[in-house]
Amino acid sequence: MFWRQSYRKRLSNKGDPGKIRSMKKQPKKLISFNIRAATALTFIIFITAVIASAFRKKEYDPTSAVRFDKINRDSVESAKAFLKVYSVLMSPRCMNCHPAGDVPLQGDDSHLHTMAPKRGIDGKGVYAMKCSNCHQPANTPGLHTPPGNPNWHLPPADMKMVFEGKSAHELAKQLVDPKLNGHKDKKKLIEHAHDGLVLAGWNPGDGRTLPPMSHKEFNKAWLTWLEKGAYAPPKAH
Amino acid sequence: MTKMTLKINGSDHTLEADPNMPLLWAIRDLVGLKGTKYGCGVAQCGACVVHLDGDAIRSCVTKVSRAEGKQVVTIEGLSKNNDHPAQLAWQQLDVPQYGYCHSGQIMSAAVLLREKADPTNQDIDDAMAGNICRCGTYLRIRKAIVLAAELQKKTVKQG
Repeated sequence: MFWRQSYRKRLSNKGDPGKIRSMKKQPKKLISFNIRAATALTFIIFITAVIASAFRKKEYDPTSAVRFDKINRDSVESAKAFLKVYSVLMSPRCMNCHPAGDVPLQGDDSHLHTMAPKRGIDGKGVYAMKCSNCHQPANTPGLHTPPGNPNWHLPPADMKMVFEGKSAHELAKQLVDPKLNGHKDKKKLIEHAHDGLVLAGWNPGDGRTLPPMSHKEFNKAWLTWLEKGAYAPPKAH
Repeated sequence: MTKMTLKINGSDHTLEADPNMPLLWAIRDLVGLKGTKYGCGVAQCGACVVHLDGDAIRSCVTKVSRAEGKQVVTIEGLSKNNDHPAQLAWQQLDVPQYGYCHSGQIMSAAVLLREKADPTNQDIDDAMAGNICRCGTYLRIRKAIVLAAELQKKTVKQG
């Protein structure tokens, strides 16, 4: 409306030099109109976005509860939480697939895997001895049968991510170093606690002990360790 | 029971089977190919090795449903005239003693020879450590794989 009026004014002023001075004021009105229009449009977009987000299905995001800031850091609490994490990582269900050598470990006593299957370049075995030749997409029922997972493998040869033989201090430092942890930043580390192969530790198949705490407790300790600054326990641990 | 079609040694076989049935039972009892053997039933010995899309899987712990839509090759289908280099080498060196494990041994060796044409002793150990022979024919198995690699090279050159 404003725009039409000012446009008409400009047309009627055409050829009248006395009104040129008043024409010079018109762009100011246009600018103020544009600002008002833009503000209104922004407001409408904002309100639409807020309403739309209220109806969006929220997916579980393990990183949403974590705040990485300096105020939130607590070296004592972080290191204490890591000791709980460490007890899980050093349990056979985790450590058996993070061996110091190239042969996985097996059983609750973490002995070398019978048949000595080798890691291979991609961590999935070699030749006629690939992991998935025996390890099926799901656990095979019965005692002494191969546990299963669709993605069964060791860490690859160029990033072995060894747990076996590591102190809590060493393992904490390794886990936050992207050059040693599979190129994971903190967000990816948080997500990794929900990786299918990690979860498989709590579904190990018949006759195998579970890690020393539930996955929920493990995840809580894992998040606390990271949120409070991912501190390594002292070297004595 | 579920109706399913398995492609074994290049031929389609329509079966009615529990999807959880071990592939080994389907191969032996439903299709009637008896060359693949039952040893331990828990993927510990290697007597039941067949190829599933080229991998040397243990058919005693592999559900028949996993094989649907894939290529299964048993010892009967490894070659047309029993003339795979591994089979020829096994015959020339008279490798088996009583022979129960050797269809699995040959199927594992065939994967090694396909992936590593000139295997070292270490490669042979790495590939064959999962195949147990209670007669202890391991030394002859090693010699046969070395011979098979040579035969394979000659075949490639002639071809």
